[in-house]
Amino acid sequence: MFSATNLHLWRGDLHVLRGLSFSVTAGYCLQVTGINGAGKSTLLRALCGLLPLEEGVVNWRGNDTSRDRHAFHAELAWLGHGTALKGDLSAAENLRYSAGLRRTLSAAEIGHALASVGFAAGDQRLARQMSAGQQRRVALARVLLLECALWILDEPTANLDSHGQAVFGQLLHAHLQRGGLAIVATHQALAIPGERLQELELT
Amino acid sequence: MSTPVSAVQAGYLLMRRDLRLALRRPGEWLQPMVFFLVVISLFPLASTPELSRLRDMAPAALWVAALLSSLLALELLFREDGQDGTLEQLAVSGLPLAWLLLAKTCVHWLLTGLPLVLVGPLAATALGAPYASMPGVLAVLLLGSVALSLIGAVGAGLTLGLRRGGVLLALLVLPLAVPVLIYGGRATALAIALEPMTAPMDLLAAIAVLSATLAPLAAAAAVRISLE
Repeated sequence: MFSATNLHLWRGDLHVLRGLSFSVTAGYCLQVTGINGAGKSTLLRALCGLLPLEEGVVNWRGNDTSRDRHAFHAELAWLGHGTALKGDLSAAENLRYSAGLRRTLSAAEIGHALASVGFAAGDQRLARQMSAGQQRRVALARVLLLECALWILDEPTANLDSHGQAVFGQLLHAHLQRGGLAIVATHQALAIPGERLQELELT
Repeated sequence: MSTPVSAVQAGYLLMRRDLRLALRRPGEWLQPMVFFLVVISLFPLASTPELSRLRDMAPAALWVAALLSSLLALELLFREDGQDGTLEQLAVSGLPLAWLLLAKTCVHWLLTGLPLVLVGPLAATALGAPYASMPGVLAVLLLGSVALSLIGAVGAGLTLGLRRGGVLLALLVLPLAVPVLIYGGRATALAIALEPMTAPMDLLAAIAVLSATLAPLAAAAAVRISLE
């Protein structure tokens, strides 16, 4: 369902992606690993279409993603290094104005998504009053709310405590069981059954 | 699947978000207007308090101050959204980025351009312009500030990734803003002289329409480049 063929990408003088190919089918998670600077974020951003590839094709549902970018993006939930949260808005407001741009959300849905990442109902704290781990949880709630078939997540468990990591594992597993697909760059072990996991090590 | 949101609704929601954020931090958005008034109030101090001579200087003072204060305000347009990853999310949202940036630019104009339009005629009268010229000055500033916000969005998009982009932003935007300055200044001079100002106003309107149609597309391309 998602495949990349012969990806090449240069960052300045550095040949980061050197003829990389892989494919992931529905219900599976591709875990991208590699040392710092191996190009994990670069790969993920290139797959999203944020970075133009010098060579190579990324296919989603059999279509070249660079052809119909809007259709691809409509099914993509991306979480990068930035959490895209506004410090002066509460968690629920942040979700309403970010995920809400892409699909109609009810207050109940937002509350439910926040509860599933461990937020108490009616939490009115502003994002800037939250810890980095809590902000990450709100960002994960946004990924949930988008209800996209494809998740591309860059270090989703950064700053999360062990409970947060377990919660993320459950959410990811549920997503895969629904027939979703995920590409996750992380150093930590993902708490999902091994048979759903594919690994890609960048060197 | 759930109901998708139309691009119009998404733009509206984004505008509401930006307005709500601005209301929680009013100081930031009032700065350009205060700066505008400060620059204008420096002219009588630097030259002469004689109203008849200030009146000749008023169009230049108004437009230089408006241009500088709109440059100051541009820093606020995309900077924070670029840093926290919001623009990245918008770029991969499947919605037309140019449209979303136009929505953001509209709010930016409401918060930084519109106050200038409203206090501009008062500032002009303080510099000796007759009261009858106030509607004319208001109309010129209205068209000019819209064009300045839109043109500025392109520059703000291009300098997004730079840590100290202020000077570069000015260098990029000023040449594009010069036509607005020329026709705006001329139209203001005619307004203050209580003469018909159709010709420069038509050109100013043309610039505003042109930038409303082209600038969002250019800004979207610029933001995409800056996100790379």
